[in-house]
Amino acid sequence: MSLIDSPVTSTLPKLLQRNAEIDPRGAGMREKTRGVWQTYDWEAYRDQVRDFALGLASLGFTRGDKLTVVGDNRPQLYFAQLSAQALGGVSVPVYQDSIAAELIYVLSHAETSVIVAEDQEQVDKALSLKDRLPALRWIIYDNPRGLWAYDDPMLRSFVDVVLAGQAFGKEQPQYYAEEIAKGGPEDIAMIAYTSGTTGSPKGVMLRQRNMIATAESFIAVNDVKQGDNWLSYLPMAWVGDTMFTLGLALVARLTANCPESPETVQRDLRELGPDAMLAPPRIWENMLTTMQVKSGDASPLKRAIFGYFRNLAERCEVKRSDGKPLLAFERASLAVGEILVYGPVRDQLGLRKARWCYTGGAPLGPDTYRFFRSFGINLKQVYGATEASALIACQDDAEANPNTVGRPLPDTEVRIDDRGEVMLRGPGVFSGYFKQEDATRDALTSDGWLKTGDAGFFDKQGHLIIIDRAKDVGKLADGSAFAPQFIENKLKFSPFIREAVAFGDRREMVVAMIAIDMLTVGTWAEKRGLAYTSFMDLSRREEVAALVADEIAKANATLPDIQQVKRFLLLNKELDADDAEMTRTRKVRRKFVAEKYVNVIDAFYGGRDQADVTLEVTFEDGRKSSVSSTMLIHDLGVPTPAQARRAA
Amino acid sequence: MAGTSALRAAAPEGDNQLVIEGVSKKFGGVVAVQGVSLDVPRGSILSIIGPNGAGKTSLLNMISGFYKPDTGRVLLEGLDITQKKPSDIAALGIARTFQNIALFSGLTVLDNLMLGRHVRMKSGVLASVIYWGLAQKEDIAHREAVEEIIEFLKLQDLRKQPTASLAYGLRKRVELGRALALEPKVLLLDEPMGGMNQDEKEDMARYVLDVNQERGVTVVLIEHDMGVVMDISDRVVVLERGRCIAAGTPEEVQRDPVVIDAYLGTSKGGGRT
Repeated sequence: MSLIDSPVTSTLPKLLQRNAEIDPRGAGMREKTRGVWQTYDWEAYRDQVRDFALGLASLGFTRGDKLTVVGDNRPQLYFAQLSAQALGGVSVPVYQDSIAAELIYVLSHAETSVIVAEDQEQVDKALSLKDRLPALRWIIYDNPRGLWAYDDPMLRSFVDVVLAGQAFGKEQPQYYAEEIAKGGPEDIAMIAYTSGTTGSPKGVMLRQRNMIATAESFIAVNDVKQGDNWLSYLPMAWVGDTMFTLGLALVARLTANCPESPETVQRDLRELGPDAMLAPPRIWENMLTTMQVKSGDASPLKRAIFGYFRNLAERCEVKRSDGKPLLAFERASLAVGEILVYGPVRDQLGLRKARWCYTGGAPLGPDTYRFFRSFGINLKQVYGATEASALIACQDDAEANPNTVGRPLPDTEVRIDDRGEVMLRGPGVFSGYFKQEDATRDALTSDGWLKTGDAGFFDKQGHLIIIDRAKDVGKLADGSAFAPQFIENKLKFSPFIREAVAFGDRREMVVAMIAIDMLTVGTWAEKRGLAYTSFMDLSRREEVAALVADEIAKANATLPDIQQVKRFLLLNKELDADDAEMTRTRKVRRKFVAEKYVNVIDAFYGGRDQADVTLEVTFEDGRKSSVSSTMLIHDLGVPTPAQARRAA
Repeated sequence: MAGTSALRAAAPEGDNQLVIEGVSKKFGGVVAVQGVSLDVPRGSILSIIGPNGAGKTSLLNMISGFYKPDTGRVLLEGLDITQKKPSDIAALGIARTFQNIALFSGLTVLDNLMLGRHVRMKSGVLASVIYWGLAQKEDIAHREAVEEIIEFLKLQDLRKQPTASLAYGLRKRVELGRALALEPKVLLLDEPMGGMNQDEKEDMARYVLDVNQERGVTVVLIEHDMGVVMDISDRVVVLERGRCIAAGTPEEVQRDPVVIDAYLGTSKGGGRT
């Protein structure tokens, strides 16, 4: 029986009440402040949520109202979301690094009436927008730092609202219990705005039952234990964070831990040693890169030991995944390596206690994947979508594999429609986009199937494999299928390539725009005594072009001839969400990029060896300016034009 | 001479936390500071500007007790501190940072800040070594005070970093932190934004304002960046060749023809406003 079938556990705020009753002293949430982990036990957690909710009520917040939180992961921002839900309101988290112009769309579309902002930076953004947000009534801040001179009548501090709530609770002692009791599984818990790879963001309405039932399905197939520690460091606006920090943690009584600041995540992770971990591929890749850089800086003996045991581990991992037995000598060496290398590395990464780790959101390179697994980290893939409450499929411990995303969660039906699109039906599937019926009709069939928009198929074992966004899959001029993301991912597996955008739909060949990885390419250049000043300078170097050409050639070797990248260009700036080239979750907005770089694409297919581009650059404070430059186009397999000229 | 001494940089009215009365200092034949008087109202930000060699740092050194003035007096809240030792003056609540960063470069950020608490520590050597009872309690209280500063200056990710490994702008911030660890009533800042880029300057200006407003600390600062000075100061004092040639609100000083002539420059000038 599901929790949603019982009237006392059918919403997240009710689950919080339950946890506070059965385990009042258990740790519900922790945050690191002033260098110390401070704990809110379940009772304190509940009291904060209750008092803040009552404070909201005293400010006139009622059923159906929307509350937006914006900031880094802070307990107060999680409390506020539950407080809103306890009153029958809806939480609308937004990305903390959004610029004001992006926020205005979401906040006005969602008709947010209360914004809970982490600090001065977020308060400033909210204040700059308030005249254009007729529904907005209150801005509540957590950290008072720098706000001493602000006297806007809309502003309240979190503490003041809690105090007002305590006073309100004395006058109406039954109010909170009555409001919570009114809540049910069909209440809209949150509106999660999709990052919008195409067009404006859409508001995904998720009900209490979606969140709770999805958490239950996930727990059914994963090793989740009461009291497990979880690090809440992913953006709060991303539905995955809400799913884990509120959904899973309240259902299974986990302890959510908020890091001290975004800069200290790595250190806090190591200190905490969470029991499980979820991270996008970018973070796994960063961890691997950092480790490689560190081992490169170590003494020759240490480097040799690390190198030997790394090779050994990877060799054995390949054997294991092929089902071959290990030799006695290899097993003995692995045991030594566990003491000398693998254990200490896991400890350094903060993954010593992690029983499982997931990577999701985008494919992770097989080499990176294998590295972590060979070092004894149980890394697996998970697949999800905002419209399906974050989670659709995940891998079993015994079936980890870099190519698939595992099996669908229990109670979730997945099928592939005749056009190859992944469709699903289950408890996590949302009930529509907020105020966008047309979009809802496009995404949901009349019999409740969600069109994920991803193209995929099942392999022989019944594992789901995702190829690309279905609408991005096109055809090359000769009629063969062209899946840009598939090619891009192969390219991005190179440590030197940070982003890639491939083109080829209805064209005779595949071309790619590449953004180099400043850290790795920079280190590479330094080792060769190559002086450079900036990203732009580095990208224009012929040596770097040659390096990237080699990397592309490696990726090409794994692709059929027609799919291979024939020409490429190194971008002179990184793709950036502030320039709307990517979403806040770092997915390329392909159509937008194609329009922006139309000159480049013309040059690619017009056979020219350079393209003039004028780009608009948005600064963090929203100011804009433009940069004009000439970018060189390189051909694969033949010398770059510049080299040819020099030779001549 | 008579003209300059008559021009006393007096605050309009009220409660002066720091009063400097006609201080002068000579080094051999060189007159560094000559008959300068200043009133620094409680909770204000006062900037001292002037060309190189105008005597700004010497003046700060006389306030903090590094130099003893030849003539004149320095009063902190009515108490004459002119002849006191620098350590006693620090204990009375005047902290400072230096033009050239003065941190223990081998120690971590945390240790440098803890050292800033030294004048506030009461336990003796023996008690501290045994680290039990009161000494332990005291240590925890100091650590708490330091953590507050770490949060205030956003140094959380640098606690355990040796200061030598930090970028220049960050070291300046740590130095400010160390001065704050003293829990000063008056903070003397000698070119806190010197050698910084625009972003770092803006950050530092923000911190100085926050120190002043949130912690209620009176600030006396020397700074060359006129944009910053005019933005954050309540009052500005202009020194030239050891003498005070003008004083007043930023607007008054900017309009003062003597100042424009001597320092800000008219058309090609070094000052941005």
